[in-house]
Amino acid sequence: MFSREESSLALAALTKLPDPVLILDGEMRVVLANQAAQKIFGSIDKGDAISAIIRTPSVMAAIGNVLDGAADQMVDYSDLVPVERHYRAHIMPLRPDSGAKGTRNKYAVLVLHDLTEIKRSEQMRADFVANASHELRTPLASLAGFIDTLRGHAREDEAAREQFLSIMQVQAERMGRLIEDLLSLSRIEMNEHVVPEGAVDLMDIAKDVVDAMTPKAVEGDAKLVITCDGKPVSQGAAAKLGTVIGDRDELIQVVQNLVDNAIKYGRRGGTVTLDLGQAVTDQSVTGLASQTAVPATTFASDKALYICVQDEGDGIARQDLPRLTERFYRVDVKRSREEGGTGLGLAIVKHIVNRHRGWLSIDSILGEGSKFTVFLPCTATRNTAAVIKGSQK
Amino acid sequence: MPAATQQYQVKWSAEQLALLRADIAQMGGLAEQQLSRAIEAIGRRDTGLAERLIEDDAQIDKLEIAVDARAVRLLSAGRPSAPDLRQVLSALKISSDLERVGDLAKNIAKRAMVLNQEEPLRTIQSLTRMGRLALNELKDALDAYSRNDTDQALAVWRRDEALDELYNSLLRELLTFMMNDPRVIGLGTHLMFVAKNLERIGDHATNVAETVYYLVNGDYLSDQRPKGDFSNLTTASGEVSEAK
Repeated sequence: MFSREESSLALAALTKLPDPVLILDGEMRVVLANQAAQKIFGSIDKGDAISAIIRTPSVMAAIGNVLDGAADQMVDYSDLVPVERHYRAHIMPLRPDSGAKGTRNKYAVLVLHDLTEIKRSEQMRADFVANASHELRTPLASLAGFIDTLRGHAREDEAAREQFLSIMQVQAERMGRLIEDLLSLSRIEMNEHVVPEGAVDLMDIAKDVVDAMTPKAVEGDAKLVITCDGKPVSQGAAAKLGTVIGDRDELIQVVQNLVDNAIKYGRRGGTVTLDLGQAVTDQSVTGLASQTAVPATTFASDKALYICVQDEGDGIARQDLPRLTERFYRVDVKRSREEGGTGLGLAIVKHIVNRHRGWLSIDSILGEGSKFTVFLPCTATRNTAAVIKGSQK
Repeated sequence: MPAATQQYQVKWSAEQLALLRADIAQMGGLAEQQLSRAIEAIGRRDTGLAERLIEDDAQIDKLEIAVDARAVRLLSAGRPSAPDLRQVLSALKISSDLERVGDLAKNIAKRAMVLNQEEPLRTIQSLTRMGRLALNELKDALDAYSRNDTDQALAVWRRDEALDELYNSLLRELLTFMMNDPRVIGLGTHLMFVAKNLERIGDHATNVAETVYYLVNGDYLSDQRPKGDFSNLTTASGEVSEAK
């Protein structure tokens, strides 16, 4: 037998185990869920039915079998939402009173082994090749065409040669950007199932992005302005805002992509506003058109901050709004090409926001401009009621 | 499972209600599995998966009958309290929603078997995105049921509009696609029905969310439903919902 101290050590080790562990009673209710399980499934309370956590038929059946007296079971299963995950579940009988022999087992322990990374890397490679080959074909064909021309009838034509070479340079740069964005998207998708752990100051990020994007803004004749809850930034307001759970580099990429778009598609001589603030409760929010990103399960009741990037451009037609974050979906193919867009910027934004278990909302009025709002969970404690507002003013 | 002899002997009890909830959870798990498979069958062109899906539909139907039977036994067992009665009524409502979800998933699987024989189309990826959105709504609605969580139910209920918007956008794309090339009308029609089925599944998820609200609060949601604030997102052409 274990001493009391040894038992408590064993329990502490179980709690800290990196794999999710759930102990279930004969009624399939949770007796114990370790930290890893809490992290993946959100808060689990003692007494919760397993069906509130896992409903996959094969896993439920295996748990039922084990409780009915079967030996160890192993099941591989996948979840598609909120982000794709793959697991191997081990389900084993637990009998605290080793002497008593009944036909049923009193408890079962469920241990999950995360296979997401392995499965994903296989899949990502396939997707990357498919996407890259499809999108690179056009600029590559155009490059090959110009090379033929330069070797053929334009061989002696100095003016044409210069013109062709500069077109070829633009195409080559486009291919470079495309590859960079595709790689970046693959990296983010690889990690999408792992929620980031850092604390990030959104105001810092907004300021950094504004600094970095100023040359581009000058080039595109746009003014960059940061506001806090719609008001000019004061020191105090920024300090009170608090931090969000996040990966700093990725969040910079989010804001940078949004600001980059706002400069490209905004009005020349117009203003691009970065507004930050606390998301507040609003019963009237419909979630309309804020679609595309799937809000994480527990998001509605979490406290969140928002950062909103608004331009004064032509706006986006309603039928395009829910599609914007699809990779290679372009509202205006010609304009996107001219601006040097890869068709991946918002897909990258969506995947990063997904990984942060945040929410992206897009509002637009034709002729007046577009507004991209990212909601991110605060580092502060959960349970404070807040359904998201902020984008509707 | 209670034996047949116990049929008229059940009493209203926490155990009986827990069994009813467990049946619904099991049905929910099956419906989620069927929808996941439908999405994969189309997105990954997996005809074998579509076949397994079609075979397993009978399991959901069987559970619906089991829920009905359990409910009838309880209802004939005497006068329950209002919350207990709501448990039974909610289970009946949710089980019929889930049974429909199963049917719609089966219908998608049948279309997948046809689509998988043709050239792959980019729109199919948009459809799988829509499928994941619908699956997420279903999952959240069922989580809300398992936890009696009205906040989460409300969140699902508010988001339904989003799926409708996506549906309208896809419909428009498919119409253009078919107008440009009449040879793809056959294929396009299958895709339109897949989109429609996913949109319907979203409606059933919303129904489940409404039922959870009713179950916990004894009060209905439907009348207060916020309609989309179109002025905020308007288009110049303004004919987005022509096909609704």
